Amino acid sequence: MATVTAESSTSKPFVRVPTRRNQLSDRAVMNLFIWPTLILLIIFNFFPLFYSLYLSFTSYRATSPTAPVWVGIQNYTNILTDPDLWQAFTTSGRYVLFSVALQTVVGFGLALLVRGKFRGSGVVTTLILIPMMLSPVVVGLFWKLIYNPSFGFFNYAIPFINPAALDMIGSRFADIPVQYLALASVILVDVWMWSPFVMLLVLSGLNAIPDYLYEAAAIDRASSWFQFWRITVPQVMPLLLIAVLFRTIEALKSFDLVMGMTGGGPGNQTELIAVYLFRVAFQGQFRSGYASALAYIILIIVIAISNLYIRYLNQAKGEA
Amino acid sequence: MFSNKVYGRFAIAIALLSVLLIVAACATPTAAPTQAPPTAAAQATAVEATVAPAQTAASNAGSAVKELKIIWAQWEPADYLQQMGNLYEQETGTKVTIVQEPWGTFGNRFFAAMAAKSAEWDGVVGDSQWLGQGATSGYYVDMTDFMNSTGIAQSVTPATLTYYGEYPSGSKTYWAYPTEGDADGWAYRKDLFENEDNKKAFKEKYGYDLAVPTSQEQLMDIAKFFTDKEKGIGGVAIYTQKDYDAITMGVENAMFPFGGEWQDANNNVMGVVNSPENIAAVQFYKDLYDCCQAPGLSNAFFQETNDAFTSGKAAMAMNYFAFFPALTNPQTNQFASTTGFFSNPPGPKGDKGAALGGQGLSIINFVSDERKQAMKDFITWFAKEENQSKWAGYGGYTCNSKVLQSDTFLKAQPFNPAFAETMTFVKDFWNIPIYADLLQVTQSNFSKFIIEGQGTAKETMDTIAAEQEKILKENGYIKAQ
Repeated sequence: MATVTAESSTSKPFVRVPTRRNQLSDRAVMNLFIWPTLILLIIFNFFPLFYSLYLSFTSYRATSPTAPVWVGIQNYTNILTDPDLWQAFTTSGRYVLFSVALQTVVGFGLALLVRGKFRGSGVVTTLILIPMMLSPVVVGLFWKLIYNPSFGFFNYAIPFINPAALDMIGSRFADIPVQYLALASVILVDVWMWSPFVMLLVLSGLNAIPDYLYEAAAIDRASSWFQFWRITVPQVMPLLLIAVLFRTIEALKSFDLVMGMTGGGPGNQTELIAVYLFRVAFQGQFRSGYASALAYIILIIVIAISNLYIRYLNQAKGEA
Repeated sequence: MFSNKVYGRFAIAIALLSVLLIVAACATPTAAPTQAPPTAAAQATAVEATVAPAQTAASNAGSAVKELKIIWAQWEPADYLQQMGNLYEQETGTKVTIVQEPWGTFGNRFFAAMAAKSAEWDGVVGDSQWLGQGATSGYYVDMTDFMNSTGIAQSVTPATLTYYGEYPSGSKTYWAYPTEGDADGWAYRKDLFENEDNKKAFKEKYGYDLAVPTSQEQLMDIAKFFTDKEKGIGGVAIYTQKDYDAITMGVENAMFPFGGEWQDANNNVMGVVNSPENIAAVQFYKDLYDCCQAPGLSNAFFQETNDAFTSGKAAMAMNYFAFFPALTNPQTNQFASTTGFFSNPPGPKGDKGAALGGQGLSIINFVSDERKQAMKDFITWFAKEENQSKWAGYGGYTCNSKVLQSDTFLKAQPFNPAFAETMTFVKDFWNIPIYADLLQVTQSNFSKFIIEGQGTAKETMDTIAAEQEKILKENGYIKAQ
């Protein structure tokens, strides 16, 4: 520092004066970011959205050389009077209900379990999270093997039964068809895969609860049960509802796991609405008009359910 | 925090990166590396090329087309076709690349390309059921004159020309060159069949010798005999998958021998689909599944039935002949040395039939005339008897009638005699443009009855007949009353 001359210490720091050539205005920067995004959105989101809305009122097959023919609400009428489709909706409803309910319970339980710090809790939490990091198709194919009556280990883990007698994916026990067994097998895998997601959100909610609430409750000699219902659950509820919302939407759209495991069978037992939509829209049929109408019906259902959840979520936030 | 300059540079970098990504995404992918020149070619040339089709391959010396692209499913026959393409390149200088798409997405990729009128490939080795869509959508080139004038149409067996090339049925209009003949057959464990204890026990139980079944009833007896569910072994491994066409193809292997059909000459299905023969056949298939299916095969197609066989979980396995090479390979089948093959046995009245597989090579109509001609040159070369012999030598299932009958072909693989026999009585599902709608009906209803156990065989076939009739009427294939 002693060698620094007075001249150098007093001179102005070198500042390169930006020229017009290499400086972009705020508006230019904004445009650079916004316009590509807008163009991509229009090309890949808005156009298909509105074009498929138009197609939903037409009779059209993507593989057909003929142009779309306007049929009004015929596709919607056909869909809403198709018994196979109602069965697919019912199956999806059952799948969503049981899958999300079980994931909520299991995820909450796991979150409570790993909330307390113990030796190796970080490793345990990471291990629990692994299933949700896997590809659903891979999970489906693996569980297909795990459920295999002759070499899959699932049946061997169930006590008091002959492992060879239980065919989960075939929906049979001792060669007798058992309704909903295949659906239950898919739900079980979905719960295994996505409970960690619920756990993760609930865990962040649990960690955000201030300790003084529990301390105050303890001073008032509140029981653990009381603390759980009156402190833990209300405090976690907003995040839990977000988890339930995400999982409900995802479960309604569930496709790859089912296709990997059962292909929608046996019969129509695991034919979820997304699987049905796939068959109609692709797989040789390419009934683009009909499939577009069905996709819009599903979209409306998803939006309606989401709105219900969000309304309840806002209410829960207010209470919390 | 950052100056405008930093923002600006960052924005430019992002924009450049986006452009690069878009360019990379739009760029034509590098062609798949061709395989090494065939070393097995010599083995295939034993069959003498006696009479070649009328026209020899045109010289490509003056052609501007340097590469042809043909899409097919990703499986061994596509590798064999690539080897043929390599030979063609050696002879003519025109490179042939077989683009291989996994079976699971092959159909969707093809139909998406058809919808987009894509000229991404010059040819497709497409499913027989796609003929109607390919022809009526204008995606396929009409090859009638070409195949007749070159004698190619006369060089293949009539059944293969009908099922792989002709649309509409009986029209003598051809849209594809029968390339990979295929059908369902059976593999069986010779070691189990020839075991003295098994033979004795079987004779005592059923009153006749344990041997390759000569009827569907015998197939059932043998399947029951070898089924031991406690040990996790099934007598058979048959198709049950609901996805696409598996269970329908499986049922066809009972339907056709039982004397059943999908339609009459006027496309009527009522009374045909729900005929007593078809009802009996569907009941037979369900009984076979209930009594004797290898464990865990409620959602099975070609991969699963082969797996059950190679893992020793099934005494007999239904499959397309094209998937049998895996069963003769000791590296993929521990029972390879004792695996035998037989054609689908006849039904109660002696009728023969088996579900058709296989594909024909079509030319895409949206490529340039020059490329169409280059494809015709390749097909002319490929259809020559000497080259069909090479094709068969590699493992491709030729449809050339002379090669099929040659001793060399029949002795080349243990399953070839059964294949050659099967190709004389194969039958197919619908191949009209709405075949997938009709297929969806059968897939769903067969799966409900056979796998899920809902309803009866008669109810199932009545439902299929009614639903298919409705579809056919709506689309003008049957005139509404």
